[in-house]
Amino acid sequence: MNPTDPISSADTDQRAWTLIFLAWLVAAASTLGALFLGEVMHVPACVLCWYQRIGMFPLAIILGVGLFPLDRRVVRYALPLAAIGWLVAAFHQLLIAGVIPESIRPCTQGVPCTDKVIEWFGFITIPLLSIAAFSTIIVLLLLAAIRKNP
Amino acid sequence: MKKSTVFIIALVLLGVAFLVGSVMYIADKESKAGQQLSDAKTAALGRMYAPMIGKLEAPVVIVEFLDPACGTCAAFYPLVKEIMDANPGRIRLVIRYAPFHKGADKVVAALEATRKQGKYWKALEALLASQEAWAPNHTAQVDLIWKQWEGLGLDLDKVRADMQSPEIAKAIAQDIEDARTLEVKATPEYFVNGRGMPNFGETPLRRLIADALRETAPR
Repeated sequence: MNPTDPISSADTDQRAWTLIFLAWLVAAASTLGALFLGEVMHVPACVLCWYQRIGMFPLAIILGVGLFPLDRRVVRYALPLAAIGWLVAAFHQLLIAGVIPESIRPCTQGVPCTDKVIEWFGFITIPLLSIAAFSTIIVLLLLAAIRKNP
Repeated sequence: MKKSTVFIIALVLLGVAFLVGSVMYIADKESKAGQQLSDAKTAALGRMYAPMIGKLEAPVVIVEFLDPACGTCAAFYPLVKEIMDANPGRIRLVIRYAPFHKGADKVVAALEATRKQGKYWKALEALLASQEAWAPNHTAQVDLIWKQWEGLGLDLDKVRADMQSPEIAKAIAQDIEDARTLEVKATPEYFVNGRGMPNFGETPLRRLIADALRETAPR
Protein backbone atom coordinates (compact mmCIF):
# COMPACT_ATOMS: atom_id res chain seq x y z
CA MET A 1 0.00 0.00 0.00
CA ASN A 2 1.48 3.25 -1.14
CA PRO A 3 -0.75 6.29 -0.76
CA THR A 4 1.56 8.56 -2.77
CA ASP A 5 1.44 6.32 -5.79
CA PRO A 6 1.07 8.77 -8.68
CA ILE A 7 -0.54 6.22 -10.95
CA SER A 8 -4.08 6.06 -9.74
CA SER A 9 -5.75 3.16 -11.37
CA ALA A 10 -9.31 3.79 -12.40
CA ASP A 11 -10.15 0.26 -11.31
CA THR A 12 -9.05 0.65 -7.68
CA ASP A 13 -10.74 4.05 -7.51
CA GLN A 14 -13.96 2.53 -8.78
CA ARG A 15 -13.64 -0.21 -6.18
CA ALA A 16 -12.93 2.27 -3.37
CA TRP A 17 -15.86 4.44 -4.44
CA THR A 18 -18.24 1.48 -4.32
CA LEU A 19 -16.99 0.38 -0.88
CA ILE A 20 -17.24 3.87 0.61
CA PHE A 21 -20.64 4.28 -1.03
CA LEU A 22 -21.85 1.06 0.62
CA ALA A 23 -20.47 2.24 3.97
CA TRP A 24 -22.32 5.52 3.48
CA LEU A 25 -25.49 3.60 2.66
CA VAL A 26 -25.25 1.66 5.95
CA ALA A 27 -24.54 4.87 7.91
CA ALA A 28 -27.41 6.77 6.27
CA ALA A 29 -29.86 3.91 6.81
CA SER A 30 -28.75 3.57 10.46
CA THR A 31 -29.11 7.31 11.00
CA LEU A 32 -32.63 7.31 9.59
CA GLY A 33 -33.41 4.19 11.62
CA ALA A 34 -32.27 5.89 14.82
CA LEU A 35 -34.30 8.98 13.94
CA PHE A 36 -37.33 6.77 13.26
CA LEU A 37 -37.04 5.09 16.67
CA GLY A 38 -36.52 8.39 18.45
CA GLU A 39 -38.68 10.89 16.61
CA VAL A 40 -41.46 8.76 15.13
CA MET A 41 -41.85 5.89 17.60
CA HIS A 42 -40.80 8.11 20.51
CA VAL A 43 -38.58 5.44 22.00
CA PRO A 44 -36.52 7.27 24.62
CA ALA A 45 -32.78 7.18 23.87
CA CYS A 46 -30.52 6.30 26.80
CA VAL A 47 -27.09 7.83 27.35
CA LEU A 48 -25.22 5.01 25.59
CA CYS A 49 -27.59 5.29 22.62
CA TRP A 50 -26.65 8.95 22.35
CA TYR A 51 -22.94 8.15 22.28
CA GLN A 52 -23.57 5.65 19.49
CA ARG A 53 -25.55 8.30 17.61
CA ILE A 54 -22.61 10.67 17.99
CA GLY A 55 -20.52 8.08 16.14
CA MET A 56 -23.13 7.26 13.49
CA PHE A 57 -24.72 10.55 12.45
CA PRO A 58 -21.47 12.25 11.28
CA LEU A 59 -20.58 9.13 9.26
CA ALA A 60 -23.68 9.65 7.12
CA ILE A 61 -22.40 13.14 6.32
CA ILE A 62 -18.64 12.76 5.90
CA LEU A 63 -18.79 9.51 3.93
CA GLY A 64 -21.22 11.18 1.53
CA VAL A 65 -18.92 14.19 1.20
CA GLY A 66 -15.94 11.88 0.58
CA LEU A 67 -17.69 10.40 -2.45
CA PHE A 68 -17.90 13.60 -4.53
CA PRO A 69 -15.20 13.83 -5.66
CA LEU A 70 -13.78 10.57 -4.35
CA ASP A 71 -11.40 11.29 -1.49
CA ARG A 72 -9.98 8.07 -0.07
CA ARG A 73 -8.64 9.96 2.95
CA VAL A 74 -12.23 10.08 4.20
CA VAL A 75 -11.51 6.59 5.55
CA ARG A 76 -8.99 8.11 8.00
CA TYR A 77 -11.57 10.52 9.36
CA ALA A 78 -14.44 8.05 9.40
CA LEU A 79 -12.70 5.06 11.00
CA PRO A 80 -12.21 6.59 14.49
CA LEU A 81 -15.89 7.53 14.64
CA ALA A 82 -16.90 4.04 13.59
CA ALA A 83 -14.48 2.46 16.07
CA ILE A 84 -15.76 4.55 18.99
CA GLY A 85 -19.35 3.81 18.02
CA TRP A 86 -18.55 0.12 17.81
CA LEU A 87 -16.96 0.10 21.27
CA VAL A 88 -19.93 1.87 22.86
CA ALA A 89 -22.34 -0.48 21.10
CA ALA A 90 -20.37 -3.51 22.29
CA PHE A 91 -20.38 -2.19 25.86
CA HIS A 92 -24.13 -1.56 25.60
CA GLN A 93 -24.79 -5.07 24.32
CA LEU A 94 -22.73 -6.63 27.14
CA LEU A 95 -24.71 -4.54 29.61
CA ILE A 96 -28.02 -5.77 28.22
CA ALA A 97 -26.78 -9.35 28.13
CA GLY A 98 -25.89 -9.00 31.81
CA VAL A 99 -22.19 -9.73 31.29
CA ILE A 100 -21.25 -6.36 32.78
CA PRO A 101 -22.63 -6.06 36.30
CA GLU A 102 -25.20 -3.46 37.22
CA SER A 103 -22.89 -1.70 39.64
CA ILE A 104 -20.87 -0.06 36.91
CA ARG A 105 -23.91 0.83 34.88
CA PRO A 106 -23.41 4.42 33.76
CA CYS A 107 -27.06 5.18 33.18
CA THR A 108 -28.87 5.93 36.37
CA GLN A 109 -30.68 9.03 35.26
CA GLY A 110 -33.48 9.10 32.78
CA VAL A 111 -33.72 5.93 30.76
CA PRO A 112 -31.84 2.92 32.05
CA CYS A 113 -29.61 1.47 29.34
CA THR A 114 -30.48 -2.06 30.37
CA ASP A 115 -34.06 -1.55 29.21
CA LYS A 116 -34.66 -3.66 26.15
CA VAL A 117 -36.98 -1.46 24.16
CA ILE A 118 -36.96 -3.75 21.16
CA GLU A 119 -36.39 -7.47 21.05
CA TRP A 120 -37.09 -9.00 17.66
CA PHE A 121 -36.95 -12.79 17.30
CA GLY A 122 -35.81 -12.94 20.90
CA PHE A 123 -32.27 -11.70 20.34
CA ILE A 124 -32.14 -8.68 18.03
CA THR A 125 -31.86 -5.56 20.16
CA ILE A 126 -31.08 -1.97 19.18
CA PRO A 127 -27.42 -2.18 20.33
CA LEU A 128 -27.01 -5.43 18.38
CA LEU A 129 -28.22 -3.67 15.23
CA SER A 130 -25.79 -0.89 16.10
CA ILE A 131 -22.86 -3.32 16.42
CA ALA A 132 -23.79 -4.88 13.08
CA ALA A 133 -23.93 -1.48 11.37
CA PHE A 134 -20.64 -0.23 12.84
CA SER A 135 -18.89 -3.55 12.06
CA THR A 136 -20.08 -3.44 8.45
CA ILE A 137 -18.89 0.16 8.07
CA ILE A 138 -15.48 -0.64 9.59
CA VAL A 139 -14.95 -3.64 7.31
CA LEU A 140 -16.02 -1.72 4.19
CA LEU A 141 -13.76 1.22 5.04
CA LEU A 142 -10.77 -1.03 5.73
CA LEU A 143 -11.32 -2.75 2.39
CA ALA A 144 -11.51 0.66 0.72
CA ALA A 145 -8.22 1.69 2.34
CA ILE A 146 -6.36 -1.32 1.01
CA ARG A 147 -5.03 -0.88 -2.50
CA LYS A 148 -5.33 -4.08 -4.41
CA ASN A 149 -1.97 -5.29 -5.72
CA PRO A 150 -2.09 -6.30 -9.37
CA MET B 1 -24.80 4.81 -14.62
CA LYS B 2 -23.09 7.90 -13.27
CA LYS B 3 -21.91 7.79 -9.65
CA SER B 4 -23.84 10.90 -8.75
CA THR B 5 -27.02 9.32 -10.16
CA VAL B 6 -26.51 6.20 -8.05
CA PHE B 7 -25.95 8.35 -4.97
CA ILE B 8 -29.00 10.53 -5.55
CA ILE B 9 -31.23 7.53 -6.23
CA ALA B 10 -30.05 5.91 -2.97
CA LEU B 11 -30.61 9.15 -1.07
CA VAL B 12 -34.12 9.57 -2.46
CA LEU B 13 -35.00 5.92 -1.77
CA LEU B 14 -33.84 6.24 1.85
CA GLY B 15 -35.80 9.46 2.29
CA VAL B 16 -38.96 7.99 0.77
CA ALA B 17 -38.66 4.84 2.91
CA PHE B 18 -38.36 7.02 6.01
CA LEU B 19 -41.33 9.20 5.13
CA VAL B 20 -43.59 6.31 4.09
CA GLY B 21 -42.61 4.39 7.23
CA SER B 22 -43.36 7.40 9.42
CA VAL B 23 -46.73 8.07 7.82
CA MET B 24 -47.71 4.37 8.08
CA TYR B 25 -46.58 4.13 11.70
CA ILE B 26 -48.46 7.27 12.76
CA ALA B 27 -51.62 6.27 10.89
CA ASP B 28 -51.50 2.80 12.49
CA LYS B 29 -51.02 4.30 15.95
CA GLU B 30 -53.90 6.73 15.52
CA SER B 31 -56.27 4.04 14.33
CA LYS B 32 -55.32 1.90 17.34
CA ALA B 33 -55.71 4.75 19.84
CA GLY B 34 -59.44 5.04 19.19
CA GLN B 35 -60.04 1.32 19.70
CA GLN B 36 -60.66 -0.48 22.94
CA LEU B 37 -57.59 -2.09 24.45
CA SER B 38 -56.83 -5.81 24.22
CA ASP B 39 -57.72 -8.10 27.13
CA ALA B 40 -54.15 -8.18 28.50
CA LYS B 41 -54.01 -4.41 28.41
CA THR B 42 -57.43 -4.05 30.04
CA ALA B 43 -56.22 -6.30 32.86
CA ALA B 44 -53.10 -4.17 33.22
CA LEU B 45 -55.23 -1.05 33.44
CA GLY B 46 -57.47 -2.04 36.34
CA ARG B 47 -55.70 -3.08 39.51
CA MET B 48 -57.75 -3.16 42.68
CA TYR B 49 -54.95 -1.92 44.92
CA ALA B 50 -54.44 1.38 43.08
CA PRO B 51 -55.43 4.60 44.87
CA MET B 52 -58.62 6.13 43.50
CA ILE B 53 -60.82 9.11 44.11
CA GLY B 54 -64.43 9.61 43.08
CA LYS B 55 -67.54 7.44 43.30
CA LEU B 56 -67.07 3.73 42.68
CA GLU B 57 -70.11 3.69 40.38
CA ALA B 58 -68.91 6.71 38.38
CA PRO B 59 -69.39 5.87 34.67
CA VAL B 60 -66.14 7.49 33.53
CA VAL B 61 -62.87 6.07 34.85
CA ILE B 62 -59.63 7.94 34.24
CA VAL B 63 -56.49 5.90 34.83
CA GLU B 64 -53.49 8.18 35.10
CA PHE B 65 -49.92 6.93 35.00
CA LEU B 66 -47.85 9.52 36.81
CA ASP B 67 -44.47 10.18 38.28
CA PRO B 68 -44.64 12.55 41.27
CA ALA B 69 -41.34 14.09 40.06
CA CYS B 70 -42.70 14.82 36.57
CA GLY B 71 -43.38 18.48 35.87
CA THR B 72 -46.06 17.84 33.25
CA CYS B 73 -47.90 15.59 35.74
CA ALA B 74 -48.01 18.48 38.21
CA ALA B 75 -49.22 20.83 35.48
CA PHE B 76 -52.00 18.47 34.34
CA TYR B 77 -53.22 17.49 37.82
CA PRO B 78 -55.31 20.67 38.40
CA LEU B 79 -56.84 20.23 34.93
CA VAL B 80 -58.14 16.74 35.76
CA LYS B 81 -59.34 17.98 39.15
CA GLU B 82 -61.19 20.84 37.47
CA ILE B 83 -62.95 18.48 35.03
CA MET B 84 -63.87 16.17 37.91
CA ASP B 85 -65.29 19.05 39.93
CA ALA B 86 -67.31 20.20 36.93
CA ASN B 87 -68.88 16.73 36.64
CA PRO B 88 -69.57 15.66 40.24
CA GLY B 89 -70.10 11.94 40.78
CA ARG B 90 -69.47 11.07 37.14
CA ILE B 91 -65.67 10.63 37.09
CA ARG B 92 -63.37 8.38 39.05
CA LEU B 93 -59.60 8.93 38.97
CA VAL B 94 -57.22 6.02 39.49
CA ILE B 95 -53.54 6.74 40.06
CA ARG B 96 -50.88 4.36 38.75
CA TYR B 97 -47.15 4.99 38.81
CA ALA B 98 -44.53 5.21 36.11
CA PRO B 99 -41.59 6.49 38.21
CA PHE B 100 -39.28 7.35 35.32
CA HIS B 101 -37.26 9.98 37.20
CA LYS B 102 -34.21 8.98 39.17
CA GLY B 103 -35.13 8.39 42.81
CA ALA B 104 -38.86 8.66 42.11
CA ASP B 105 -39.54 5.05 43.15
CA LYS B 106 -38.64 5.84 46.77
CA VAL B 107 -40.89 8.90 46.75
CA VAL B 108 -43.71 6.75 45.36
CA ALA B 109 -43.16 4.23 48.17
CA ALA B 110 -43.43 7.01 50.75
CA LEU B 111 -46.52 8.35 49.03
CA GLU B 112 -48.14 4.91 49.06
CA ALA B 113 -47.36 4.64 52.77
CA THR B 114 -49.45 7.76 53.48
CA ARG B 115 -52.54 5.79 52.44
CA LYS B 116 -52.40 3.91 55.74
CA GLN B 117 -53.01 7.23 57.45
CA GLY B 118 -55.74 8.32 55.04
CA LYS B 119 -53.77 11.33 53.84
CA TYR B 120 -52.85 10.13 50.36
CA TRP B 121 -54.46 12.84 48.23
CA LYS B 122 -53.22 15.66 50.46
CA ALA B 123 -49.73 14.16 50.39
CA LEU B 124 -49.82 13.77 46.60
CA GLU B 125 -51.01 17.34 46.10
CA ALA B 126 -48.32 18.65 48.46
CA LEU B 127 -45.65 16.79 46.46
CA LEU B 128 -46.91 18.04 43.11
CA ALA B 129 -47.07 21.61 44.39
CA SER B 130 -43.54 21.60 45.81
CA GLN B 131 -41.77 19.56 43.13
CA GLU B 132 -38.91 22.02 42.66
CA ALA B 133 -38.02 21.78 46.35
CA TRP B 134 -37.59 18.00 46.52
CA ALA B 135 -36.75 17.08 42.92
CA PRO B 136 -34.03 19.53 41.85
CA ASN B 137 -32.61 18.86 38.38
CA HIS B 138 -35.18 16.13 37.76
CA THR B 139 -33.70 13.97 40.50
CA ALA B 140 -36.17 13.00 43.19
CA GLN B 141 -34.67 13.10 46.68
CA VAL B 142 -36.78 11.27 49.21
CA ASP B 143 -34.97 13.00 52.10
CA LEU B 144 -36.38 16.33 50.97
CA ILE B 145 -40.04 15.32 50.85
CA TRP B 146 -40.67 15.12 54.60
CA LYS B 147 -40.57 18.89 54.93
CA GLN B 148 -43.29 19.22 52.30
CA TRP B 149 -45.56 16.97 54.36
CA GLU B 150 -45.25 18.88 57.61
CA GLY B 151 -48.59 20.28 58.69
CA LEU B 152 -50.62 17.57 56.97
CA GLY B 153 -51.02 15.73 60.26
CA LEU B 154 -48.99 12.76 59.04
CA ASP B 155 -47.01 10.58 61.40
CA LEU B 156 -43.82 10.78 59.34
CA ASP B 157 -41.98 8.14 61.39
CA LYS B 158 -44.79 5.72 60.60
CA VAL B 159 -44.58 6.65 56.91
CA ARG B 160 -40.83 5.96 56.94
CA ALA B 161 -41.48 2.55 58.49
CA ASP B 162 -44.48 1.67 56.30
CA MET B 163 -42.78 2.59 53.03
CA GLN B 164 -40.46 -0.40 53.45
CA SER B 165 -43.35 -2.84 53.29
CA PRO B 166 -43.13 -5.59 50.67
CA GLU B 167 -46.74 -4.97 49.57
CA ILE B 168 -45.81 -1.45 48.47
CA ALA B 169 -42.72 -2.69 46.62
CA LYS B 170 -44.89 -5.30 44.92
CA ALA B 171 -47.53 -2.75 43.91
CA ILE B 172 -44.90 -0.42 42.42
CA ALA B 173 -43.27 -3.28 40.52
CA GLN B 174 -46.71 -4.27 39.17
CA ASP B 175 -47.39 -0.67 38.10
CA ILE B 176 -44.08 -0.49 36.26
CA GLU B 177 -44.81 -3.79 34.53
CA ASP B 178 -48.32 -2.64 33.59
CA ALA B 179 -46.93 0.65 32.29
CA ARG B 180 -44.72 -1.40 30.00
CA THR B 181 -47.64 -3.58 28.88
CA LEU B 182 -49.65 -0.47 28.11
CA GLU B 183 -46.68 1.10 26.31
CA VAL B 184 -46.57 4.10 28.61
CA LYS B 185 -43.38 5.85 27.52
CA ALA B 186 -43.88 9.26 29.06
CA THR B 187 -45.84 10.70 31.93
CA PRO B 188 -48.54 11.65 32.48
CA GLU B 189 -50.40 9.11 30.38
CA TYR B 190 -54.18 8.91 30.60
CA PHE B 191 -56.62 6.15 29.78
CA VAL B 192 -60.26 7.16 29.84
CA ASN B 193 -62.65 4.21 29.97
CA GLY B 194 -59.91 2.08 28.41
CA ARG B 195 -59.05 4.51 25.61
CA GLY B 196 -55.70 6.22 25.29
CA MET B 197 -54.94 9.67 23.95
CA PRO B 198 -54.20 9.69 20.19
CA ASN B 199 -51.54 12.30 20.93
CA PHE B 200 -50.50 14.15 24.03
CA GLY B 201 -51.91 17.50 25.01
CA GLU B 202 -54.59 19.32 26.95
CA THR B 203 -57.05 19.40 24.04
CA PRO B 204 -56.85 15.65 23.25
CA LEU B 205 -57.32 14.87 26.96
CA ARG B 206 -60.31 17.20 27.29
CA ARG B 207 -61.85 15.71 24.16
CA LEU B 208 -61.28 12.13 25.35
CA ILE B 209 -62.97 12.84 28.69
CA ALA B 210 -65.79 14.83 27.04
CA ASP B 211 -66.47 11.92 24.64
CA ALA B 212 -66.62 9.45 27.52
CA LEU B 213 -68.95 11.73 29.48
CA ARG B 214 -71.23 12.09 26.47
CA GLU B 215 -71.32 8.35 25.76
CA THR B 216 -72.26 7.54 29.33
CA ALA B 217 -74.68 10.43 29.83
CA PRO B 218 -78.00 9.40 31.39
CA ARG B 219 -80.88 9.78 28.97
